[in-house]
Amino acid sequence: MPPARAATPAVSVVNVSKAFRVPTEQMHTLKERALHPFRRSGHQRFVALEDVSFDVGRGEFLGIVGRNGSGKSTLLKCMAGIYRTDGGAIYVDGRLSAFIELGVGFNPDLPARDNVLINATMLGLSPREAKRRFDSVIDFAELREFEQLKIKNYSSGMLVRLAFAVMIHVDADILLIDEVLAVGDAAFQQKCFDEFYRLRDEGRTMILVTHDMGAVERFCDRAVLLERGVKLREGDPRRVGMGYLEVNFGRGGAGGEATDDARAGDGRAQIVEAWFEDEHGDVASGSLETGRPCAFAARVRFAAEVEDPLFGVTLENADRDHVMSASTLWTEPRSGSFAAGEELVFRVRFTNVFAPGRYDATPAVAVRGTGVSWLDRREHLCSIVVAGTQATDAIVQLPYEIALERTAPAARPEVLR
Amino acid sequence: MSVEAPERPRALGAPIKGPAAIGVDLPRFLNLMRTLALTEFKLRFFGSALGYLWQLMRPLMLFGVLYVVFTHVLKFGSDAKFYPVALLSGIVMFVFVSESTGAGVTSLVDRENLVRKVQFPRLVVPLSVVATALLNLSLNMVVVLVFLLASGGEVRAGWLEIPLLVAILTLFSASLATLLSALYVRYRDVKPVWEVLLQLLFYGTPIFYTIDRIPNETLRHLLMMSPLAVIIQQFRHAVIDPSYQSAAAAAGGWQLLLVPAGILLALVVVGYGYFDREAPRIAEDL
Repeated sequence: MPPARAATPAVSVVNVSKAFRVPTEQMHTLKERALHPFRRSGHQRFVALEDVSFDVGRGEFLGIVGRNGSGKSTLLKCMAGIYRTDGGAIYVDGRLSAFIELGVGFNPDLPARDNVLINATMLGLSPREAKRRFDSVIDFAELREFEQLKIKNYSSGMLVRLAFAVMIHVDADILLIDEVLAVGDAAFQQKCFDEFYRLRDEGRTMILVTHDMGAVERFCDRAVLLERGVKLREGDPRRVGMGYLEVNFGRGGAGGEATDDARAGDGRAQIVEAWFEDEHGDVASGSLETGRPCAFAARVRFAAEVEDPLFGVTLENADRDHVMSASTLWTEPRSGSFAAGEELVFRVRFTNVFAPGRYDATPAVAVRGTGVSWLDRREHLCSIVVAGTQATDAIVQLPYEIALERTAPAARPEVLR
Repeated sequence: MSVEAPERPRALGAPIKGPAAIGVDLPRFLNLMRTLALTEFKLRFFGSALGYLWQLMRPLMLFGVLYVVFTHVLKFGSDAKFYPVALLSGIVMFVFVSESTGAGVTSLVDRENLVRKVQFPRLVVPLSVVATALLNLSLNMVVVLVFLLASGGEVRAGWLEIPLLVAILTLFSASLATLLSALYVRYRDVKPVWEVLLQLLFYGTPIFYTIDRIPNETLRHLLMMSPLAVIIQQFRHAVIDPSYQSAAAAAGGWQLLLVPAGILLALVVVGYGYFDREAPRIAEDL
C-alpha cells in the first residue's frame, strides 16, 4: 500500500444505520385506503444495520461475511447508493461500481452485442467506451462465434461468462461484488478470483460480500463479520472466520444455563455447571481452535452420601454422532466416598481433534453396578464451537504426517508379469 | 494497517448521497436514457416482419376508423380544410401522450430489476419511456407532413413551430409519466384510473372534432384549458392551415392561455417534486 495515498481510505463507512419499514398489512390500492381511512397503516421497523463503521484501504481486498439476513447485502446496497442510509455516512474516494447481480439489464431478446452495451452503460461506461471495449469483452468471454445469437439461446454458463466479462471491463477504482461467485463451477470461480487479483494488483479496491467463509479466507486481506445488522468482528479473515462459525452454530459458550427437560437421575448428586477450557485453562467462551489441547469440566454437588460414583461425559457433533466418550469407569483408583454437601470438579483433558462445527456435551454421574443408574445426567448441558479453517469431510482431524518418497522404477516388484 | 482508530482526524472521500431523481452526473443520465430508450424502441419490432410499419399501424388504424365514421357516416368535420390531416395530427399527438404515460405508469415497477440492483438516477426510467415514444412521434410526424403535402398542403413558415410544440407536448407527457410512475410504486390502482382518464382526455380534446364545432363558447374555452388541446389546436393552425383558429383565438384571448400554461407548470412542479421526494425510497418500496 503506497503510504502517501493510504491516508484517504477508499471507502469509509461511518456509523451507518438502516431500517426498513415493513408494513404489517399490505395496503396497495386506493380502495383499501378509502374503505379504511382510519386504520393505521401499521409499520414495523426492521433494523437491518445498526451503527456499522469500518474503513477499506486503497488496494485492499475486503470480505464482508454474515449469515442470511445479517444485513450484508443492505450494507452493500447502501455503499452502492441504491439505498439511502438512515444514519451515518459512507465516503468513497474514487469511482465505485457495484455488482449486485451479474448481467443487470440483460434482455433475452437481444444479441450479445446490444446486451453488452446496455449492461456496460448501466454499470457506468459511456456508450462510446462500451462499444470500444466490446471486442475485448466478447473475447474474454470466449463467445465470439455466438456474437449474433440472442442471449435467450445462451446456456447459463455462457451468460455468466458474458456478464462477468462485462463486469471486469468496467473501469472502477472500487468494486463491490455481491455473491456473484455463487454461480459457476470451481474453475470459473478460480478464473474470477485470478481476475480480481489482477485488478487488485492494478490498485483497485475490492469488497466482496458473501457467506462463503472459505472464499474470504482464501482471497481477502481482511474481513468484517456482520450479525443482525451489527458489526461483530473485523480484522484477519481467519479470526473473523472463527466468529462466523460461532454465530452460525448458535449459542455455544460455557455455562450450565441449559434447560432441565433432558435431565435424568435420582438427585443424590447434581451436576451444577459445566464448561470447556482452552489450553491455558481459561474458560472457553464460545469457540476452541481445532488441533489444540483443551478440557471439559463439570462441577458436581452431592446431596446424599454416595459411594464410589462414576463421572463421565460424551460429546456429540451436529449429526448426533458420539465423537467422544470419557468416564472414570476403567480408571484406578476408584473415586471414593462422598458425603452430603461435598462438591467436586471433574475435568477431562484431551486434544481437540474435531472437525470445525458445534459439539454438545452430556455430562453424567452414575453409581457403579449393573445397568444404568444415574445420579444425575444432563443432556447437552453445554456446547462448544470448534473453529478451524481447513474443513474436511472427516469427523475428526487427527494429526498426521504425509511422506512422499520417490522410488526408483527398477525397485518396483514386477508382479504383473 | 491501522484500521481500528475511528477518532483520528482523517481525509475522507466524497460522501455517497444515496439514490436521487437526477443525480450529479449529467452525461451519465443522458447516456442511460438514450440506451434504455433505444433498446426499448428496438425491442418493439425486433423479430416482427413488418418492423416499424406496425408502429405506424396503430395511429393509422385509429385514423382510418375515425375518418370513415366521421366523414362518411356522420358527415362531420368534412367542411374543415384538410380535415383528414388535422384528424391524423391529433391522433398522432394523442397516441404519443397515451403511449408515454401508459408505459410510464408501470415503468419503475417493470424495471424493478434495474432499480434495485444498479445505482443510477431514478428519473431516467420514466424519461426513457417518454423518449421511446418521442422517437415514434418524430417518425409519425414525418408521415403527417407527407400526408399534408400529398393532400395539397404546402410548406409554411408555421412549420418552424413544430419543434416548440413537440417540446411542450413532451414536457407535458414527461411530467405526467414522472408523477404516475412514482405514484404507481405506492398505489397500484393508479394504472386503471389513468386508463380511464386517458379516455376522458381523448374525448375531451379536439382530436376527431375541430374546436369550432363546439357551439357553446364557455365549453369551448373550458376545453381549451387542457394543455393537450392547446398544442393540437396550435399545431393545426400553424402547420396545417391558418383557417384553423390559433390556440389563443380558440381559447378566447392569450390571457386565457395562462391557465393551460399554469396547469402545465403545476404538472411539472408536482410531478418532479413528488418523484424527487420518493426517489430515495423507490428501491425499498418496490
